[in-house]
Amino acid sequence: MIEKKVKIINNAGLHTRPAATIVKLAGKYKSEFFIHKDGFNINGKSIIGVMTIAAAKGSELTLTFDGPDEEEASKELLDYFQRGFDEL
Amino acid sequence: MNSRNNVILKGIAAASGITIGNAFIFSKEKEEISQESIENVGEAIKNLEEALALSKKELKKVFGLAIDKLGEKRASIFEAQMMILDDPILLGNLKNRIKEEKKLPEYIVDDEISKYIHLMNEAHEMYMKERSLDIEDIKNRIIRNLKKKKWKSKISADVIVVTPTISPSDTVLFTKANVKGYVTDFGGLTSHAAIVARSLNIPAVLGVNEATSIIKDGDILIVDGFHGDVIINPDEEKILFYKNKINELNLYDEKLFKLRNKPASTIDGKEICLRANLDLTKEIDLIFRNNPKGIGLVRTEQLFEEYEAFPDEEEQFEVYNSIAQKIYPENVTVRAFDIGGDKVLPVDLHEPNPFLGWRGIRLLLDNRHLFKAQIRAVLRASQNKNIKFMAPMVTSIEEIIETKELIEECKKELKKEKKSFDNDMHFGIMIEIPAAAILTSSFAREVDFISIGTNDLIQYLLAVDRGNEIVSKLYQEFHPAVIRMLAYIIKEGKANDCKVSLCGEMGGDPLAVPLLIGLGLEILSVSPSIVPLIKSIIRKIKYKDALLLADKCLTYTTEKEIINELNLFYNSIIEN
Repeated sequence: MIEKKVKIINNAGLHTRPAATIVKLAGKYKSEFFIHKDGFNINGKSIIGVMTIAAAKGSELTLTFDGPDEEEASKELLDYFQRGFDEL
Repeated sequence: MNSRNNVILKGIAAASGITIGNAFIFSKEKEEISQESIENVGEAIKNLEEALALSKKELKKVFGLAIDKLGEKRASIFEAQMMILDDPILLGNLKNRIKEEKKLPEYIVDDEISKYIHLMNEAHEMYMKERSLDIEDIKNRIIRNLKKKKWKSKISADVIVVTPTISPSDTVLFTKANVKGYVTDFGGLTSHAAIVARSLNIPAVLGVNEATSIIKDGDILIVDGFHGDVIINPDEEKILFYKNKINELNLYDEKLFKLRNKPASTIDGKEICLRANLDLTKEIDLIFRNNPKGIGLVRTEQLFEEYEAFPDEEEQFEVYNSIAQKIYPENVTVRAFDIGGDKVLPVDLHEPNPFLGWRGIRLLLDNRHLFKAQIRAVLRASQNKNIKFMAPMVTSIEEIIETKELIEECKKELKKEKKSFDNDMHFGIMIEIPAAAILTSSFAREVDFISIGTNDLIQYLLAVDRGNEIVSKLYQEFHPAVIRMLAYIIKEGKANDCKVSLCGEMGGDPLAVPLLIGLGLEILSVSPSIVPLIKSIIRKIKYKDALLLADKCLTYTTEKEIINELNLFYNSIIEN
């Protein structure tokens, strides 16, 4: 299992468009992907779940990846968070 | 003895005829989520899957049109809603819960999605509350589609539908079931419900306050669409009285039916071209029974309701082609999709003022693929040279020119594909916006014909929302401004060698017919069910009297004077 901490760095925060992109990216991999915030564990392959996460600029989240392709999955998703959802 | 028995409720007489039957209360808002247990899990899961698929189709239909106009925010919400309908985690949970708890899918969907909504509402951020509304939307859509199936099984042919209001999509449901009559809490003479009821010859009394709370499921009702009366659980005497009336009406219909093969000419030999409007493909049989001179208006937007998704070029071609073949050698005028306003789609777009918004030709020119598919389908169906094509809601010359260019483009494509069509297919426009009326002479030079749409023209000219009950009294069909504007359009159109017809509800008003003919109108298109009555009126008029009547009405300054004059005229021809 891989665990990574990430920070939301774009101005608009985790709004609907990046939420949809995250779920689409996660859906490409076999590994399980969870987002942890404020005691909630949200399945990152569920759009309705990811939409319940309120994460403004500056919020910190923990991502976990578990499965045969966890390396690739963590790399691509982490990269997307670090690019500020391509909104920088 | 029940205190409701024999009670007479009053409403607006919206579609004539009398019917007796059992009440079926169709009230979406009041229906609650049922916690009923189920036996057949497999069927419940199948129902859920069907509802999800249907919801997806609806979303695509609505947003497919508007996606370029929505802006990024709304577009991403649409995308997220589509993804929710495929969300593997959510769907897995729903199906597992149905299997384990053995409850109706509508309950499980409501309970499960509400959990997410509560989570969003607990957040402090304002945008999370907005987001929860979007989730609420999609939840309600799924539940509505789950219930649709239940409703469908309940509506049968012998019921009188009692409902707060009827949406275009409800009408499709009811029409397929052949219901006997309509009673609504809200709505007036020109509401969608009224138009459809009239064209299908189904008696309707609308705008009966609290009909849905007073009438109970299964009550016996008499609906008198002539006087706007609804009688609850009538006694034997009343039933007998109305049964006799129904017999008399049938005799009268038979008498009118004898006019079937006679021309719609005045006593002094002025022939009027009397056509029928076609709203639903179902009406075509009624049209043949009454033998009009062709179809003056096909309202194609109804196809959107009849098909769950956008009807493509092939599907449309089949519909138009079959109508054109059936009506041959007479003509049929196909109007391009008039989506918007109160019609069909963009309720989901939440326009603040849809009647002044994105509708008719505006929406079509912004959706070229959709528009071209329709133009191509109409052209292909025109091979027997009996189809005309018409654009709705035109306000400017540019819109006409752009549409004509699109038609030329389609013709070129079809030629390349070696598909046959009528190269001289007539193209016309609706005159239903005051701007178009004022520019009649300029527009008339650009097109082969014009058709006056009175419903919209009156509401735009008088600035009265016909659906708004507070001001609906100000919606005056015979307002002097309306009469003078009609006179102007007819005169300007004819002066420019352009055929002028009228296809609004006004054409089907017996009182209006002598006036319209006197104003110079020679082509009239009305609800199919009313063709025999209008023909019988035309055959009682002297054209030269109608001309005098029109001249007189053009001098009046109040609606009251005009109506008085029309009543006098009408009574005098009926007596003869």
